[in-house]
Amino acid sequence: MEILEFIKQPCPWYIAGPLVGLTVPALLIIGNKSFGISASLRHTCAMCLPANIKFFKYDWKKEIWNMFFVFGIVVGGIIAFNFLSNPNPIIINDALRTELASYGVTNIDGMLPAQLFSWENLITLKGFFMMVIGGFFIGFGSRYAGGCTSGHSISGLSNLQLPSLIATSCFFIGGLIMANIILPLILSI
Amino acid sequence: MQNKDQNTDFKTRSLDTVCVNESQLEHKWYHNLKYVIVGIAFGIVFIKAEVISWYRIQEMFRFQSFHMYGIIGSAVVVGIISVLLIKKFNIKTIYGEKIEFHNKTFNKGQIYGGLIFGLGWAITGACPGPLFAQIGTGATVMIVTLLSAVVGTWLYGYFRDKLPH
Repeated sequence: MEILEFIKQPCPWYIAGPLVGLTVPALLIIGNKSFGISASLRHTCAMCLPANIKFFKYDWKKEIWNMFFVFGIVVGGIIAFNFLSNPNPIIINDALRTELASYGVTNIDGMLPAQLFSWENLITLKGFFMMVIGGFFIGFGSRYAGGCTSGHSISGLSNLQLPSLIATSCFFIGGLIMANIILPLILSI
Repeated sequence: MQNKDQNTDFKTRSLDTVCVNESQLEHKWYHNLKYVIVGIAFGIVFIKAEVISWYRIQEMFRFQSFHMYGIIGSAVVVGIISVLLIKKFNIKTIYGEKIEFHNKTFNKGQIYGGLIFGLGWAITGACPGPLFAQIGTGATVMIVTLLSAVVGTWLYGYFRDKLPH
């Protein structure tokens, strides 16, 4: 039982990071696949609604492995959440806690603030920005950039690709602008 | 002739994507189950390390915590070493295929798209991987975010020729 208790604790970065990094050689060695996740969104388009757009006209069956991979991530989420969840409250930075409280976000249980991300909030302006517009930016931006944090920041950087370093820097600049300038405005709505 | 067709298809498939299937081998569908297993392991690590936590992403972009920097940094270091070892020792896949690497060329999409992606990353606290894992943890409303990301991807494909690259 002690082992299970240990596994239930949050995983420190120096264990999690290398494990994430090992995904790159794991996928290469088991099938010559370059690690990436946002491509699954594109395969979804190619499968469901290619609409004669050249960008979606390719043999998606050759990339079906990617759909199996993201399905695995969902299953991993179910397993970890139901059997390996950390029973203790999440610890967050005091300054962030104070800042969130000033926007009325006081319940910080779980992985997402339930006061912001919920079905009820979807029809509010704040919720629409955070969940719908946010998701749109992720999909549009990752494809425009040619990859997301996994494809560029992990896979691309592992292969020392300069375009991936440029993309990663831009992901970060965009994130800094959103978190520090735009998000406070949205949270104030 | 067939080979040429395949090359065209590969060109389209590998357009604007870092992640492609380089393998020329044909397998039965159940060979794909090994990717489910890697995905499960990856999803569990994401949750155990709180990579999917909105709060950890906010802390990262406010320089309030080292956690995410540690994860991304050490993942990249392990990735770089792994790729170097694969190239140096010419390590083959489990099917004996040569492991392929393709160099990416720069285009302005990496800047414009990267900035847009960054905005989405910080607002939702999730990039595509964590989005899938969050749905697994029962945050079902994130299905809407995921569908919205699919719509974003589709609209990119639709307007691709008109966008600056």
